[in-house]
Amino acid sequence: MNHRRSHESAVGHVTGKAIYTDEQRPLLGMLSIYPVIAPHAHARITRLDTAAAYEVPGLVRVLTAADVPGVNDTGAIVQDEVLFPTDTVSYWGQAVAWAVAETETAARLAAAKVQVEYEPLPPILTIQDAIATQNFHTSPQVIRRGAPQSALETAELRLTGEVEMNGQDHFYLETQASWVIPDGEGHYQVYSSTQHPTETQLIVARVLGITSNQVTVTCLRMGGGFGGKETQANPFACVAAIAAQITGRPVRVKLNRQHDMMLTGKRHGFLGQYQVGFTRQGLITALDVDLYADGGWSLDLSPPVLMRAMVHIDNAYYIPNLEVRGQIARTHKASNTAFRGFGGPQGMIVIEEIIDRIARTLKLSPELVRERNFYHGSGETNTTHYGQEIADNRIQRVWQEAQMNAQFLERKLAIAQFNSTHAYQKRAIAITPVKFGISFNKIQYNQAGALLLIYTDGSIQLNHGGTEMGQGLHTKMLQVAARTLGVSLSRFRMMPTSTDKVPNTSATAASSGSDLNGQAVKDACETIKARLAPIAAQLLLLLPDEIPQINGKSSEADLLQELIFAEDTIRSRTYPDRQVSFEAVVKQAYCDRISLSATGYYRTPNLSWNPETGKGNPFYYFAYGAAVSEVEVDGFTGTFKLRQVDIVHDVGESLNPLIDQGQVEGGFVQGMGWLTMEELVWDNQGRLRTDAPSTYKIPTISEIPEHFQVHLLERASQPGVIYGSKAVGEPPFMLAMSVREAIRGAIAAFSPPSLEPDHIPLPSPATPEAILMTLEALQQNASSEVLVKPWLIIENR
Amino acid sequence: MPPTPLTFTLNGQTLYLQDVSPSMTLLRYLQQSDRTGTKEGCGDGDCGACTVAILGQDANGNPQYQAMNSCLIPLGAIAGRHIVTVEGLTVEGLAESELHPVQAAMVATGGSQCGYCTPGFIMSLFAAYYEGKVDDLSVEGNLCRCTGYLPIRRAAQAVMQEQAARGSIAAPGDRFATALSQAPVSLPPLDYRSVTQQFYRPTHLQILLELLQQHPQATLLAGGTDLGLDMSHDRRSFPLLISLEAIPELQAIEQTDTQVEIGAAVPLSRIETQLHGLFPALDEMLHWFAARQVRNRATLGGNIGTASPIGDLPPVLLALDATLQLASLQGTRRVAIADFFTGYRQTILQPGEVIVSIQIPQTLFPGAVRRISNSYKVGKRGTDDISIVAAAFTIDLDEGDRIHHARLAYGGVAATPIRAIAVENWLLGKPWSLDTVQQAKPLLQEVFTPLTDLRGSAAYRKRLVANLFEKFFVEESS
Ligand SMILES: Cc1cc2nc3c(=O)[nH]c(=O)nc-3n(C[C@H](O)[C@H](O)[C@H](O)COP(=O)(O)OP(=O)(O)OC[C@H]3O[C@@H](n4cnc5c(N)ncnc54)[C@H](O)[C@@H]3O)c2cc1C
Ligand code: FES
Ligand code: FES
Repeated sequence: MNHRRSHESAVGHVTGKAIYTDEQRPLLGMLSIYPVIAPHAHARITRLDTAAAYEVPGLVRVLTAADVPGVNDTGAIVQDEVLFPTDTVSYWGQAVAWAVAETETAARLAAAKVQVEYEPLPPILTIQDAIATQNFHTSPQVIRRGAPQSALETAELRLTGEVEMNGQDHFYLETQASWVIPDGEGHYQVYSSTQHPTETQLIVARVLGITSNQVTVTCLRMGGGFGGKETQANPFACVAAIAAQITGRPVRVKLNRQHDMMLTGKRHGFLGQYQVGFTRQGLITALDVDLYADGGWSLDLSPPVLMRAMVHIDNAYYIPNLEVRGQIARTHKASNTAFRGFGGPQGMIVIEEIIDRIARTLKLSPELVRERNFYHGSGETNTTHYGQEIADNRIQRVWQEAQMNAQFLERKLAIAQFNSTHAYQKRAIAITPVKFGISFNKIQYNQAGALLLIYTDGSIQLNHGGTEMGQGLHTKMLQVAARTLGVSLSRFRMMPTSTDKVPNTSATAASSGSDLNGQAVKDACETIKARLAPIAAQLLLLLPDEIPQINGKSSEADLLQELIFAEDTIRSRTYPDRQVSFEAVVKQAYCDRISLSATGYYRTPNLSWNPETGKGNPFYYFAYGAAVSEVEVDGFTGTFKLRQVDIVHDVGESLNPLIDQGQVEGGFVQGMGWLTMEELVWDNQGRLRTDAPSTYKIPTISEIPEHFQVHLLERASQPGVIYGSKAVGEPPFMLAMSVREAIRGAIAAFSPPSLEPDHIPLPSPATPEAILMTLEALQQNASSEVLVKPWLIIENR
Repeated sequence: MPPTPLTFTLNGQTLYLQDVSPSMTLLRYLQQSDRTGTKEGCGDGDCGACTVAILGQDANGNPQYQAMNSCLIPLGAIAGRHIVTVEGLTVEGLAESELHPVQAAMVATGGSQCGYCTPGFIMSLFAAYYEGKVDDLSVEGNLCRCTGYLPIRRAAQAVMQEQAARGSIAAPGDRFATALSQAPVSLPPLDYRSVTQQFYRPTHLQILLELLQQHPQATLLAGGTDLGLDMSHDRRSFPLLISLEAIPELQAIEQTDTQVEIGAAVPLSRIETQLHGLFPALDEMLHWFAARQVRNRATLGGNIGTASPIGDLPPVLLALDATLQLASLQGTRRVAIADFFTGYRQTILQPGEVIVSIQIPQTLFPGAVRRISNSYKVGKRGTDDISIVAAAFTIDLDEGDRIHHARLAYGGVAATPIRAIAVENWLLGKPWSLDTVQQAKPLLQEVFTPLTDLRGSAAYRKRLVANLFEKFFVEESS
């Protein structure tokens, strides 16, 4: 197996020949659609008149709620997500109608002519507003361990505080895109840039009022997803489908960047309010937390996002008494959704903030307090607040290795030296751990399917239920199939993900793509192997009594044990000179009328979750990592420079180190963007003002330090997972917390060592402004909350 | 006689387009003609996914591949030019071994994940490859959301190593190197008409001025990195465009002992290389100005012409007491940059008048013996961001190290780029010391009343106005 194999589409990427949804050859008569956008966050629609739009040459139709043949709703978990609003607008930019026209330009011009009148209503734009008015989507969720209240009362020391964090735009480079092609017989082929083709299929069928078998959804590949195409692709596919149904013509939609940023949900902003009890040694004895997630206007995936935040409030720390309550604020904003980490980062930020505060209060180093609180031993001290014992605890391992690789202590001394001679620039180094639970919290999603088709010339088509968004899933699946069948990668064609090949798939999400689909692919390959084995035995002239018997195993198992599938041949273990080519076996199988296609299937074992009690074993295993970051903060401007990053991350026995390293690096940088520069700003009308890359800044190459080391933990095979590997998509995102903590350390260093503040309420994202204002507030000894609003609401200009 | 077609060369093939809109962006054209290798990630010049290479000239007038954002270039501006897009790097039906070296390096290092940003990176790397300098700066203007850039950096390093090992930029027989050596350098004049639009590219200043006299409502197009946004997003129509790219007076950089004169339509990347080391404040600001693709197009005249309060170069020009040469058929005049901006996006420029050049004196203020000058830019992101505050300072000292002449100029704090004249005057005669600077800080905090916007609060801006001056003192005197 070519271990470090590049992405299976790498040549297509670098030559521009890889095709994405909206780059297929346009079809004859293809129409475009364009939204009519509501300029209010909350308003009643009093009039909607489409007549003037029909004056635009090329306009075919304006779609409104009346045109929805089935259910006018795209909600994923509950049906609270109206596709065409009939009476009320719920967020700034919501599409109230769509123009369908011969060209996108005509559709845009026509959309501008649709007349809509509104009666504005007061919007709720912040979590605080939602709390004040008790505007929540669901009833509160609770997870409790021990007796947090009494433990708080008896705690040696106690602190109360609040952390607020901003959302994040996915900024996948390819915006939302869908094509819908009607066949004229009532069936629809949908091409969509979606992470969840099955759900897109289901919802398109529901909106069209037809059954799922009439709709095929295909995802060729995505130009990035990150969770932003788990549910958010659905509405656009649905509108295109309605247009296709009504006109009988193929329809395309690709959002422009501004619409994409305005119309689609983002990472949830969160507010955490905590009370923590701890000992003078810095051991946490009790924690009570309220987590509020900004859900936006509809529920979308907010409940599982919130739940993941609640089950990651512990990060890597044993907290004997803990109660975490969660609420989803209903605000008049785009509906927030899945984003790499899926609530995990928001929960973990809270506990890291708390630990840092404990450390500063006690004048201990933050890394010492972190380490003291780690899960350890077995039983109670190694069991999470939701009752799952951490079977394979590798926190100490990644922690020690990261410190060693980074020469943490030496550098800490050197930094103290630097700081003592530099008045205006301060440096700091910080290390933070990551423990991240792998599996969908919703147990039914932990299943996957595959379909393997072998042709008589020995070439193979591989299908599985996962989608490719750049994470290298297809590459890994090819590697798994090639390894299991013992054939070369060049035999395979990876097929686009399609609901007519593998049905009822789960979203490619929760970092689970390789774990689930890998096992399903392996299963399909093993089915085929079992069918090919007797034929190979015949061709190798292996008689039944020549095959060594292994106690207690079936003759089929004995045969598979005897045959070696490798290097495109099948040979006998006992008589190594007997071998036959893979093609020959395949040809013979066809002649013998043996099926050359097989499905594969997998479900993750041993999962349990009781949503009522908030207890169970929701995770198959945990992924671990630790990151050391060093920053320098400029005291004049609040700007910072990331100087060095050293990461140790546990990916198990990597299926492909090139790809896994890419996930770690990319995840870290995305996390760093979230925590330091990606600031979403809404004005007081609820309009997103940072709706383009000119105003919403994601990291560029120049923000990446020269020294950036990623070390994949060695000897780390994970039992029970495909070829000992581990999930890698999301966990590295949270390694970036080390950057935030290092910035905090640098801010502290501006005070003389004896006067270092014991609380540094650093807003998130830690923009230059946030850093400078925090610095200033600390120097004036005032509460910085007065001065600093993490994402200030600006005047509407 | 049939109307003249709009002609350019795309991947070696000459195209003759009839009745296309000259303000249609190149990216739009590529998409509509089904050349989908070049991607659109924003249409704003900010993501680089649409990067193509265009044959232009380096500081010595030699042909050079330059990376540019095709989403901001109108077809009119590429008439007569040679364009290479990602499709042009390989031939149909190629084997993997026939990839361009930058492509091969990106494949080997895992430089693509979702691949959507990749063609843009490839074209930035491609252009840098033939300059023999492939580094972070080559791809600063390309956003990637997947990789975290590290494998792309490794690809750049691999390419550099390959060139170093070979001892030459291109391998023998490299068809792009050959094309480069045979490329034409001058732009032909253009008079292109579609049904509703006209695009002129005069090659003489006199003709430009006559055209402007006839059509005072015409839009002057320099690099188009500002106007291109309106074209990319169809925000307005452009019935009549006049390109400034082929007029010698606007394309020249003249240097004498006492001053430097920069043609208004010289791209910033040329200023960057040709004038490097002359004015620290200019060097520093150009370094933080947008990214490579934009700097290859954007001009000084355009930066002044937009009269944006957040333009980065006007503060530098204010700090250096630059003057502008303006011309119309009525005659020419020379005005101080300090007198040029009259209000929010308003200037003294008359209809029919054009900025020809910008003069920057190289001499100290009379009576001074030493100059300290630099510039600063603060944005949410260090690289390729619009300023929250930009500042440029010049302090000329006399023999006793007293402040003899002071220029404190800012962007982002008022309706125009502006000097803190009251504080400049207050500084005169004072010793150049931390004490003086700290006394000046409270004054600076109060000179302007900036606005709060999505980039930063008024309070933050006020602090920056003062702090940047102190930073200047501390850094320049250490
Ligand atoms: C991604 C991106 C990043 C950017 N970053 C920065 C930045 O960091 N700092 C910054 O300051 N700006 C930035 N800009 C804005 C823009 O690039 C600059 O203002 C640039 O200098 C404009 O020059 P141009 O030649 O492209 O102007 P054009 O778009 O061609 O013209 C701009 C205006 O000036 C007029 N004009 C041009 N030349 C003349 C002339 N000779 N006489 C009279 N009028 C003239 C035009 O008619 C037009 O109104 C950025 C833009 C983009 C797209
Ligand atoms: S499309 Fe983003 S820079 Fe052109
Ligand atoms: S590879 Fe996906 S954006 Fe760069």
